[in-house]
Amino acid sequence: MSKPNLKVAIGSLKLQNPVMVASGTFGYGREYADYVDPARLGAIVTKTITKNRREGNRPPRICETTGGMLNAIGLQNEGLEDFIQEKLPACRDAGTKLIVSVGGETSNEYGEVIEALNAYPEVAAYELNISCPNIEYKDKIISQDEELTHKVVRDVRQKTDRTLIVKLSPNVSDITRIARAVQDGGADAVSLVNTFLGMAVDVETRRPVLGNITGGLSGPAIKPMALRMVWQVYNKISLPIVGMGGIMNARDAVEFLIAGATAVAVGTANFVDPRTPLEVVEGIASYLSQHHYKDVKELIGSLNVS
Amino acid sequence: MKVQIASNVFLRDKYLLLEFCAPAGFAMPEPGQFLHMRIEDSFDPLLRRPLSIHDAVWQAHSKNGRKKHVVRILYEVVGKGTALLAEKRPLTQIDVLGPLGRGFDLKKIGRSRCVYIVAGGMGVAPLFFLARRLREGRKENARGPKIVVFIGARNKDHIIREKEFKDLGCEIHVATEDGSKGFKGRVTDLLKTILPPATDGAVSADGQEGAPVICACGPKAMLAAVAALAQQRGLAAQVSLEEFMGCGLGACLGCVIRTVSGYRRICHDGPVFDAEEIIWGD
Ligand SMILES: Cc1cc2nc3c(=O)[nH]c(=O)nc-3n(C[C@H](O)[C@H](O)[C@H](O)COP(=O)(O)OP(=O)(O)OC[C@H]3O[C@@H](n4cnc5c(N)ncnc54)[C@H](O)[C@@H]3O)c2cc1C
Ligand SMILES: Cc1cc2nc3c(=O)[nH]c(=O)nc-3n(C[C@H](O)[C@H](O)[C@H](O)COP(=O)(O)O)c2cc1C
Ligand code: FES
Repeated sequence: MSKPNLKVAIGSLKLQNPVMVASGTFGYGREYADYVDPARLGAIVTKTITKNRREGNRPPRICETTGGMLNAIGLQNEGLEDFIQEKLPACRDAGTKLIVSVGGETSNEYGEVIEALNAYPEVAAYELNISCPNIEYKDKIISQDEELTHKVVRDVRQKTDRTLIVKLSPNVSDITRIARAVQDGGADAVSLVNTFLGMAVDVETRRPVLGNITGGLSGPAIKPMALRMVWQVYNKISLPIVGMGGIMNARDAVEFLIAGATAVAVGTANFVDPRTPLEVVEGIASYLSQHHYKDVKELIGSLNVS
Repeated sequence: MKVQIASNVFLRDKYLLLEFCAPAGFAMPEPGQFLHMRIEDSFDPLLRRPLSIHDAVWQAHSKNGRKKHVVRILYEVVGKGTALLAEKRPLTQIDVLGPLGRGFDLKKIGRSRCVYIVAGGMGVAPLFFLARRLREGRKENARGPKIVVFIGARNKDHIIREKEFKDLGCEIHVATEDGSKGFKGRVTDLLKTILPPATDGAVSADGQEGAPVICACGPKAMLAAVAALAQQRGLAAQVSLEEFMGCGLGACLGCVIRTVSGYRRICHDGPVFDAEEIIWGD
């Protein structure tokens, strides 16, 4: 039997396979060079960059919890200029599609970063990280407000023809409403989910474990919730979905595809085993062969609920 | 890469020594570097655990006499991961990333007349490898720096590797908080009494040919005290720091320490830093 087709499209972005690495877990691509050839991945998504340098939160910034981990990095990054000068040249040679994750404190900031990056052909697409507080609106988290989400997406849409993916936060009561606002704003795709807010306490000192007190939960612990959200959003909007949250192996990834994701991203698993994304690519291919699928697209949203 | 445990034995109480033979492709480690170890194949514990290289030597094989590269890890059982590691029997395969990180600056240290090694608790782990390199790295007949080792712990049961340092030819000073062995008090208070006084006008001994250096590893409060003392005496100090780690490869920004040039990654820019770079008390 011939090899199954793994190619998928997210808007105008064509991927050789549906497996990416999640923002913030893979640096800017070169940190993993000794372990993973990025050319074999569908795409890499960079750590979120912002217009200005951000120092990030005080440590401790991460801690392990049962089946997961909390992080409160605080979007530490050196800013747009440094990204263009120092990080982008290396990304150019990665041999895969580069998706730049963009964050901002105002909707203008998203636009400014994207306009600057439009000049670089090696950037294939943008992922908007809207789990950021917006200083123009009393530090409201954009992704927790439908109107604000719609406004930011609509404004950014004016700035680029490249594929625009908007990453949703799960810390909302109804994620499908935010997803709808993203679709109405003109984005090409949604990715979900970002981390779930959580915290941990050191009972010896009665202090929070994280310097920031609260942090985002990721890893296997969140997979059922992430999967449920992908399924809900798949049923409500027509945009392609990049699914993530606790994907540790190919079977997890296949679950997301069946629930409606067109592509998947591997996050925390990169810390556990840097080879995970490659194993997920190979594992999806063998799953398809074993189950006699010719094309990964046959799997997408194929959940049988009859 | 997978390594096969050759032995994993309790030295005493909660302290173990793990040994494996470096497989082909395992890079020669530098003192201060660490391995990021995946203790179980399952996802509990989820993250890898960073453990320093305690020793790395070329040894003749007992049967065929062929040289093999033996690597040792010294660790204390403190929680879930280290408790599970303590149960691993010889022949078990274990997945490691590394050697990782930037270790001690041997060029700088090698030029000095005297190296003060200051170990608090498990801080002895990377420092023993440093002492070995300083001893064995020198050329035949070359004197190499004098090595003075300070080991500090709660009580005498927590003083480990004293004999091994002695066997390397290091001068040893011990401090225990309860006075059950050696100096009673903190290791930095002991260090104070033995370090040479500040030479007039010498604010920083960096670059001064032959000036003594301090190399330290231990709890952060101890390292801060070492850094203050070093500055006071006009000596250069290199300190090895710890923080929870995610990737271990510099990608996640989870393991940072505040420095004069902003937050830097302990796993990638460290774990060893010049003491004067660190902003303590953050
Ligand atoms: C670069 C580096 C080198 C290290 N080298 C050694 C070594 O050679 N020998 C050794 O015994 N230990 C070493 N450590 C500390 C070791 O990584 C931790 O003790 C270990 O991860 C604890 O895992 P656990 O699952 O047993 O404990 P957990 O159940 O995770 O935690 C138990 C306790 O250990 C503390 N702890 C957990 N992880 C770390 C960490 N990364 N750094 C500091 N404290 C932590 C927690 O705060 C908690 O109080 C090193 C740490 C770093 C960062
Ligand atoms: C250490 C760490 C840093 C992260 N940084 C970012 C980030 O900068 N931008 C972003 O959109 N998501 C960030 N995330 C969220 C991940 O991209 C992903 O959405 C989330 O971790 C869920 O997937 P996982 O369970 O596979 O890790 C980060 C996650 C972790 C663990
Ligand atoms: S552990 Fe990820 S950057 Fe250090």
